Amino acid sequence: MYFDTFSELLNMSGHGSYVWFSYGVSVVVLGSLIFVARRRRKQTEQHIRAIVRRKQESSSTIK
Amino acid sequence: MSISSTFHKWGSPRWFYQFSGRLLPWLAGLSLLLLLGGCIWGLAFVPADYKQGNSFRIIYIHVPASAVAMGAYVTMAVAGAIHLIWRMKLAAMVMKAIAPIGASLTFLALLTGAVWGKPTWGTWWVWDARITSVLILFFLYLGIIALHQAFENRDAAAKACAVLAIVGAVNIPIIYWSVEWWYSLHQPASISFTGESTIHPTMLRPLMATLSGMYLFFAWVLLLFTRAEILDRERNTRWVQDIVCGEAR
Repeated sequence: MYFDTFSELLNMSGHGSYVWFSYGVSVVVLGSLIFVARRRRKQTEQHIRAIVRRKQESSSTIK
Repeated sequence: MSISSTFHKWGSPRWFYQFSGRLLPWLAGLSLLLLLGGCIWGLAFVPADYKQGNSFRIIYIHVPASAVAMGAYVTMAVAGAIHLIWRMKLAAMVMKAIAPIGASLTFLALLTGAVWGKPTWGTWWVWDARITSVLILFFLYLGIIALHQAFENRDAAAKACAVLAIVGAVNIPIIYWSVEWWYSLHQPASISFTGESTIHPTMLRPLMATLSGMYLFFAWVLLLFTRAEILDRERNTRWVQDIVCGEAR
């Protein structure tokens, strides 16, 4: 490791807050992209299940 | 395989859905590995810059976010053109899927740039050519998202967004060469593919890791959004209903 101690890795001779804030926000932004994409898929799947259920119900009442 | 049959295959949402499903685990694993590995490498193991000190470590997220934000825009404009010229439905879905990803990456580029600017230039923000043109890129992405939501009709929305995406592409070369055309606080590119890079190899290697990781991450999330869009648009087809509800029903 370039830094001698763990606290020096966090502090980065005074630049730590800028650097770690940047990486923290990046994790949040990239993570939320995955989260939003997954949620959209789940919502669509629920919607499709409802369509299929309605189709099956209407076909069973015709019989 | 002839060009037209390749085109038909790629234009088929069903084929694309099945093909992309096989890519997903590879893209996810490889992108996270490269991003995580490159960031740890750049944060803890690379020596500090002799002028900037440790603030330069922001490069490992700022440059990939900026580069992929621009690459994503070009992809979106090309998808828009394909949709307009050949009426390919899948291209419209890809175009719609890129907008939120591109907006997020541009936001990240602007924010990490501001945070890097404070300890390095002494200011969070300057209205110079590079930063202003990237801000315009952010607004273009937001404009495309808003335009999509403004239309009830999907085809009309896709057509309008494609036109905006293509017209807005003029901004991309402006961003790229802004640091050379105008006086700017922002430094010119350090990575060169034609000449020698002005960044030391020990600093460049982790950057290459996070840069390629970010491209793969973009591809991964793009597939996730596009696949959700395919399911939504094809919800009345048998094959989509079979996938969601299971084959046996």
